[in-house]
Amino acid sequence: MNLARKTKVRKLALWTWSWVATLAIATYGSKYIWDDHAFLTTFSIIVNLVNGVLMILSNRDLFNDFDELEKKIHLESMAITLGLSVIVGLTFSLVERAGLFNFKAEISYLVMFIGISYLVSLVLNIRRYT
Amino acid sequence: MKNRVRELRSLKNMTQEDLAEIIGVSRQTINAIEKEKFDPSLPTAFKMANLFKLPIEEIFHFGK
Repeated sequence: MNLARKTKVRKLALWTWSWVATLAIATYGSKYIWDDHAFLTTFSIIVNLVNGVLMILSNRDLFNDFDELEKKIHLESMAITLGLSVIVGLTFSLVERAGLFNFKAEISYLVMFIGISYLVSLVLNIRRYT
Repeated sequence: MKNRVRELRSLKNMTQEDLAEIIGVSRQTINAIEKEKFDPSLPTAFKMANLFKLPIEEIFHFGK
């Protein structure tokens, strides 16, 4: 890994971890730190949102540094992840609506599903091309 | 697509790492091209043609 790539990876890691931290603060801050203060709650949400945008931009920056095979591998993984998320998400909604089982899904489950799908498809695609 | 990248690289006594650096791709990409698991883009094919001083069609052969 060259120096430019290492810098981009470090930058993405930094924004990702700070996004996770600001998300945690925005989620639990009003309950455990500032006791439902409206301004601080709004401010923490805005900081988290801005941090998220910066994370997306550094991810795009890293993606643009990939070579053609790396781009292909990541694009295929994204296509599989997007397809799986839509199909599994809507199937789950249908099953729940039909009353086949009673399980209240939250948005965090979808985020976890997307993360795991992307990771698994990425590993499979890397193995396919090596 | 068949190719002669591994053969031509060996003739120049280059490692995959050397070729990757000159062409501007990762070593894994060179490896995937040599194993014919991945077809390179036109700019990459042209860079290889320039490096090996051969026409593209003498390096890459289109076929099943």
